[in-house]
Amino acid sequence: MAVVFDRPKALCDVPMHYCPGCTHGIIHRLVAEVIDEMGIEGDTIGVCPVGCSVMAYDYFGCDMIEAPHGRAPAVATGAKRAKPDSFVFTYQGDGDLAAIGTAETVHVATRGENIVVIFVNNTTYGMTGGQMAPTTLPGQITQTTPFGRDTSVQGFPIRVCEMLSTLDGTALAQRVSVDTVPHIREAKKAIRKGFENQKEKRGFSIIEVLSTCPTNWGMSPVEALDRLRAEMMPYYPLGVYKDTSVKEEK
Amino acid sequence: MERSLMKGNEALAEAALRAGCKCFFGYPITPQTEISAYLAKKMAKAGGLFLQAESEVAAINMVLGASGTGTRVMTSSSSPGISLKSEGISYIAGSDLPCVIINVQRGGPGLGGIQPSQADYWQATKGLGHGDFHVIVYAPASVQEMVDMVINAFDKADEYRMPAMILADGLLGQMMEPVTFPEIKQKNSEKTWAADGHKNKRKHNIINSLYLQPDVLENSVVERYKRYDTIQENETDAENYLCEDADIVLCAFGATARVAKSAVNQAREKGIKAGLFRPKTLWPFPVNEINEAVKNAKTVLTVEMSMGQMIDDVKLAINCSKPVEFFGRTGGIIPTPTEILAEIEKLGGAK
Amino acid sequence: MTHEIILAGFGGQGVLFAGKVLSYAGLLDGKEVSWLPSYGPEMRGGTANCSVCVSDEPIGSPLILQPNVLLAMNTPSFDKFIDTVKAGGTAVVDSSMVDSTTDREDIKVFYVPATELASENDLNGMANIILLGKIIKETEMFTLDEIKAGLEKSIPPSKAALFDSNIKAIQIGMNS
Repeated sequence: MAVVFDRPKALCDVPMHYCPGCTHGIIHRLVAEVIDEMGIEGDTIGVCPVGCSVMAYDYFGCDMIEAPHGRAPAVATGAKRAKPDSFVFTYQGDGDLAAIGTAETVHVATRGENIVVIFVNNTTYGMTGGQMAPTTLPGQITQTTPFGRDTSVQGFPIRVCEMLSTLDGTALAQRVSVDTVPHIREAKKAIRKGFENQKEKRGFSIIEVLSTCPTNWGMSPVEALDRLRAEMMPYYPLGVYKDTSVKEEK
Repeated sequence: MERSLMKGNEALAEAALRAGCKCFFGYPITPQTEISAYLAKKMAKAGGLFLQAESEVAAINMVLGASGTGTRVMTSSSSPGISLKSEGISYIAGSDLPCVIINVQRGGPGLGGIQPSQADYWQATKGLGHGDFHVIVYAPASVQEMVDMVINAFDKADEYRMPAMILADGLLGQMMEPVTFPEIKQKNSEKTWAADGHKNKRKHNIINSLYLQPDVLENSVVERYKRYDTIQENETDAENYLCEDADIVLCAFGATARVAKSAVNQAREKGIKAGLFRPKTLWPFPVNEINEAVKNAKTVLTVEMSMGQMIDDVKLAINCSKPVEFFGRTGGIIPTPTEILAEIEKLGGAK
Repeated sequence: MTHEIILAGFGGQGVLFAGKVLSYAGLLDGKEVSWLPSYGPEMRGGTANCSVCVSDEPIGSPLILQPNVLLAMNTPSFDKFIDTVKAGGTAVVDSSMVDSTTDREDIKVFYVPATELASENDLNGMANIILLGKIIKETEMFTLDEIKAGLEKSIPPSKAALFDSNIKAIQIGMNS
């Protein structure tokens, strides 16, 4: 029988620990497919965050390094600078990247570090049980905003792609989603572009993926996807915020 | 071999280059900045990488990343900066990664001051981060030892897959002394554990310090402690100066040991039988060596640029078999030979 | 024999450099030497000083509290250090810059208008070296050739053209 669908080679054949309906699995798969298609698994070093994807080192077949909370961009910088010919990516959530790791995130971008950051934004701290994240929407109920995020107390969410697109070192800042098949295809293209940028030494690439957390949002997977479209997308519009490769082609 | 005159910080940096250090990540802080400045100038020419990080926190994590790929890497800071690095150091230790960390100590706590201090002894030997772990700690007392010890530190860090620290101070970092650079035999330590791209030739390597199963975590720590046992057996180092017939043995490390040695010489001129025991490794602490050094002494006098930290290890090492007294200055003040001599005389320094 | 020297003045007057020249001269003469600067904010324009030890024996503390030689290039440094000089010691003072004097009779004090001598001889910025010349003459710490060797080592290649002026400054100091 012809095989029409299989596990990408760059994903290990192990069960993942993610909750049902969580989109981490899809995003892992897209990264692995890109690695396979570019034939770069043997030259790739992945860096895991602290958060739900902390154990991604068990899932990706390439060499992996586990970073302290928020420090994945610094760890990736060390690896990339030590081994400039390798492909280096980090895989980080919103708390890791946009709260405790903000300084590392901004500086890895402004240095134009030739790495790819996969930024999974689900507007909450999933691993610790659903607390307010830097990307939690105004009014959103979490464990630590039981009455909804009050912007007069907790301030406003951070739009990471928009912020990083202002930096000269950023080559690609794109926000994608994995809620529908067309969006999944687009997300993969963006991830591919990030890795191509790395190959061409264009600078820093961040692909922000809007993601769901059915467990901590207290929703079914389908409801969660509806919420992503109805509430997240208006606040975090999908799109390309910066892409220096376009200029080059012109 | 030609003797040249160099600042401690610069000599250390040059020695690191010669020892094959390929990456340096730093952040400015007095009184160690010459290390960064020197490497900024020389690293690229030597085929290595110098990068100024956005913080000490980022710098130590860049060290983690570079070391994870099997690359010889160093970072350097001074006391408050080392506190910031301590999280990363714990991760590096927990991931069994080698690296060299320099602490050119200044006065604390808090922002403290910028003059020499040894008040990070506890931090370096006992509390460099959360969890059960050690780093090898070398205490140079001259510019020459800044050189010799950093070269050794790279080899030992690789050999035992753990961080090694040079615990210097502002005085050693800033002073110039004659120094020679030894011939270095590059040890070829193959790092089969490195996450440097598996080239489709092996299973993927994982650099990690997370073990959610308590028994697995316990095993990994116990395994590490077996290595520590070997280190305690093989890697202690100390200098013993006129201790054999000494009634009073001074115990001091680093820059303070130089001052203490002057005091010992002055005491001897006065007919007081004084000696000096100087640990060159602070962890592992030279337990056998100090017991040998104090065996004929009536009193031990620990001298430190702190309120008294190493004194705990001295008491433990000799099992409180002799009275252990203390003299110290802190906040950036360097004790004088005269002060120490007065202390020796006060303690009876029997003629 | 041990020389314990403190060189002090404003940042920019070259006291650290003068100390380095002495250290190199000692090194080339086969002596043990150490050079320890004051460091920190005072380096950025305030007062600067360094301790230099030149000895036949290994050097203990490189920090000098009671020098037997003092080079003072400004009034605050003179006031701070003149009473710390060991009895029998030597002080060389830039009298163009220092308006204090001492009535100590147990030390030799030489007041040399080094800054004026420098500008008269087209050696601006070399008052430090003129005073160095005076020191080596009065203490017999080094010969002219030995200090020349020290200078050669201390002057960075980019400033090699200044070597002859430095020698001239040493000689002016020795003859002052």
